[in-house]
This record gives sequence, structure tokens and C-alpha cells, in this order.
Amino acid sequence: MKHTTVTVFIGLAAFLALLSAGFAADDSFRAHSYVLFFVLVMATIVLMRQIDFSGDKMIPLRANGGGTAGTADTVAYQDDVVRYGAIATMFWGVVGFLVGVVAASQLAWPDLNIEPWFNFGRVRPLHTSAVIFAFGGNALLATSFYVVQRTCRARLWGGDLAWFVFWGYQLFIVLAATGYLLGITDGREYAEPEWYVDLWLTIVWVAYLAVFVGTLVKRKEPHIYVANWFYLAFIVTIAMLHVVNNLAMPVSFLGSKSYSAFAGVQDALTQWWYGHNAVGFFLTAGFLGMMYYFIPKQANRPVYSYRLSIIHFWALIFLYIWAGPHHLHYTALPDWAQTLGMVFSVMLWMPSWGGMINGLMTLSGAWDKLRTDPILRMMVISVAFYGMSTFEGPMMSIKAVNSLSHYTDWTIGHVHSGALGWVGMISFGAVYHLVPKLWNRERLYSLRMVNWHFWLATLGIVVYAAVMWVSGIMQGLMWREYGEDGYLVYSFAETVSAMHPYYVLRTFGGVLYLLGALVMAFNIYKTIRGDLRREVPMGGGAPVAQAAG
Amino acid sequence: MEFDYHSMRTFADSWGLLAMTLFFIGVVLWVLRPGARRAADDAAAIPFKED
Repeated sequence: MKHTTVTVFIGLAAFLALLSAGFAADDSFRAHSYVLFFVLVMATIVLMRQIDFSGDKMIPLRANGGGTAGTADTVAYQDDVVRYGAIATMFWGVVGFLVGVVAASQLAWPDLNIEPWFNFGRVRPLHTSAVIFAFGGNALLATSFYVVQRTCRARLWGGDLAWFVFWGYQLFIVLAATGYLLGITDGREYAEPEWYVDLWLTIVWVAYLAVFVGTLVKRKEPHIYVANWFYLAFIVTIAMLHVVNNLAMPVSFLGSKSYSAFAGVQDALTQWWYGHNAVGFFLTAGFLGMMYYFIPKQANRPVYSYRLSIIHFWALIFLYIWAGPHHLHYTALPDWAQTLGMVFSVMLWMPSWGGMINGLMTLSGAWDKLRTDPILRMMVISVAFYGMSTFEGPMMSIKAVNSLSHYTDWTIGHVHSGALGWVGMISFGAVYHLVPKLWNRERLYSLRMVNWHFWLATLGIVVYAAVMWVSGIMQGLMWREYGEDGYLVYSFAETVSAMHPYYVLRTFGGVLYLLGALVMAFNIYKTIRGDLRREVPMGGGAPVAQAAG
Repeated sequence: MEFDYHSMRTFADSWGLLAMTLFFIGVVLWVLRPGARRAADDAAAIPFKED
């Protein structure tokens, strides 16, 4: 492949990064510039090794561009970038869950806070960004590129632009993650990276939108399949949310500090307008796109009601964007805005459950497949968790409930039943579905290991969510407990020490989930290598004699 | 129309709200129109045309 131009550009960028390290206005920016410099130098070296310096250039042999070989009739899909995306999903997933376990352990055993880089305040955004943007983001990137090509019967638009999106996004992740550990943050929930990283993500995201829309435009299928509607809504809305939420003025051109364009309650509302729609459009709409493609494919039957899926889409799009104010109940936010947020959150019950029913009923008449297909089981439990957490969420947005649940661990439990249950499980299912197809393997290395993963993850979530319910409600009740003399009964520190056993149990739930992901990583690795494990097929029947090993 | 807070808000909870509600009702009616079932069944089969 010809990477000459790209190599020159990245080499130049590395030099600029070195310059910005030299002229940096503050130490954090200097450290961050060095990180960027080393990443870019490594990229340059890797690319230079691929340039063919010999005189006789290779002719057409490699012209296919690495896609699935196309015969006259079929389209040569660009699947290399999807393969990389699947591996990146797996890698960042394990990293993100591991950091989660570290953060949970730090809460349970404060001695594990290692100053200054690895204290909880820096590890926590590392965990949230790693699981949401690195794991979830790569899963969305890979599956959206896969699905849009299959359902449009068209190769990705823009040639190597998809590669720019993939590597540009990984660079964003590395810069965000190292920035947190260095203490660079603008303190905005789920959007902690500072202004220069935000600008980079904006460029990458516009390229992503261009690739996706370009592929839709040149589609050979007249109708745009509903999964693509959800993916497109996710890409467009995240672009809008990201830009508005991060409007800020840097203090200096080569410095790491910036100030938000908004102040006070406007700033708070902007952040939660972003924050909740990051949940609504990143963690929900995008993954619903996944659900609408991969569940029908894995179950080998069309979605239960396509018409319901269209109503699901529009209802979700119209309602979700208003729900953010429910994060600001009983604050300086005007009362009408709080009520608006609550009402729209409650109305979200309808599209959420419509979507859940649509996903689950796709299996009607094929429920027996759950016995023999742990991948499908994973997808189904993810939809069940979607239904559960989108029931819990609107309930918690009701002001009376929120006065008990807000700022407590109940919220953390709710987020995790959605994130581990819905987002995690549907992504695992999609990756399990994709990997054998992408690497042309007959099947996964081991279905029984998928079953192990399923139970480890499910048990982990159940432990985690149940423990956080108990601890959160206990915490909320202790905070509001008044004695007969009119004074608060408990000091804050007493509520913290009362939560210690729950924190330990929560860590255990996280460890189970992480173990499941490690089992998956091994299984995926073996599948890519091409190994097949000799095992009794799933389903519990008598062992079937195998003809070939 | 001035783009101050109050006129924007008044627009949002009157014409803006009406427009979005009508659009949504339009979508629902369109989805449930006669003959939509066949079109929907065709669309639902799209993922199975490949691989």
C-alpha cells in the first residue's frame, strides 16, 4: 500500500508536536505534547517500514485494497477497518473494565489511591471514557461500518477516510486517557478532555459522518434499513452535542486550560443536556442500530415489526433530547425546566419499551434457539437489561424518587445495569457474531466459553446492581434521617463507613464481569488464529459423535 | 422576531411544539397507511440479502 504522503504528514505532525512541547505554556500541556509526539513518531516509524523503497513497484496484485474479495456481482466491502475495530473494541473493553475494577477497589480500600496519577479523581474519568468512548465507541464504529455496507450493498465511501476515522479516534482515546492521568480536565461529565482534544475529535467525527452519509448516498438498496437510521442519528446528534457542550475559550494557544462559554446554571444545563444525550444517542441510539441488525441476523429471522421500529425511532429522537434536566432536580434550574425534564423522561417509557418488545419478539417462534446459541442469549439479555434500565431511569427522574436517589450509589447502579447489561452485552454479542465472519472462520473457537462469559457477566451485573440498590437506598435514607431534636442523625463520614461492605461486594461484581471479558478475549484470539475447540455442542443433549476434529 | 430568551422560548413551546407534534403524528399515520405492511416486510428483509 502507498502510505508515502500519509507518512510525511504524520512525521510533520510529530515535529509540530515536539515544537508545541517546547513552547508549551504549562507543564501539563508540555507532558501531553510529548505523549502526542511519541505516539506520532511511533506511527511514522511503523508506516515507514511499510513503504516499498525498491525500484520495481508492485503492480495490480494488491489493488483490491484489502476488502473481501469481490466477484463480478458482489461488492468488495472494506472490512479491514472493521477487523481492526473489532480488535480495538475487545482491547479497550478489557482496559476499561480493568480500570473500573481499580476504581471500585479504591473506593473500598482508599489506600489504593496512588498520588498523583492514580488517585480516584483521575482514574474515574479514565474508566468512564474508556468504557463509553473507547469500548463502546469502537464497537459502534466497527459495527456501523459493517452494517452500513451490508444493508446498502455498497463499499464504504471515501476510500482511506475510514482509516483516518479509525486511527484518528484511537489517537483521541490515547490523548483523552493520558490527559486524565496527567490531571488535564475541563471537568465536564463524560466530556472531560480539554479544548485541543475536543477539536481533534470534531475533525474525526466530521470525517466519520462523511464516510457514513457518503456510503448511504451511493447505496444500491433503495430503502435505508432502520439500523442505519439509528446509527445516523447517533453520529449527527453526537456531533451537535459535542460541539455545543465544549464551546470554550482557551487561556493560551499552547496551554491546556480553557474556560467554558457558559456560566452558572446555563453551564450546568448545557452539561446535562450533553450528558444525558450522550446516554440517549451514544449509548442508546447507536446500540439500537446494532440491535436492529445483529439480533435479526443471529436469530435468522426479520425484526418482529419493522413499522414499530420506525415509530420507535422517531419517538426516541423526539423525546430523548429533552430529558437532560432531570439530572438537576432541586437545583437553581428553573422549576418548569426540571418538570419538563421529568415529564419527557417518563414519556420515554413508551419508545424504550416499544423497542425492547420489538427486539425480544424477533425471537417469537424461535425461542428454542436460546438453548443452543449463547450468542443470541447474550443479545436477548442485553435487550432485557435495556428494558429494565429504561424502566428504572424514568422512575428515578420523578422528583419524589429523585430526592432519595440523587447523588447516591443507586444512580451508579442504574448506570451500570444499562452500561454493563445493555451496551456491554449487545456489543459482546455483535463481536461474537462478527469475528468468525470477518476472518472467514467456520465458527467461534468455543461456544461453551461464550456460555461461560454469559454467566460470568450476568452474575457480575446482578451482584453489582443489587449491591448498589441496597447501598444507594441506605445512603439516601441515612442522609435524610432527622432525629426528634431536628438535627441530622448521621454525619457524612458515617454513611461512607456504612457503605464499605457494599463497596467490597461491588468490586467483586466488577471482577466477575472483567473475568468474562478475559474469557471472551481468549476466545476471540483463538478464533482469529483459526483454532476450533473440540467440545460437546450446546443444548444439553447427548454428546454427538464428531466426524472430524 | 428578536432572538432573545423569551421570544425563543415562546416560539419553542408554541409553533415549535406544534410542528414537531404534527410531524410525529404524520410519521405514525404514514407508517400505518394501507399497504405499508408489504413495504415494511420488504425493508425488514434487507439484512438477509447479503452473506
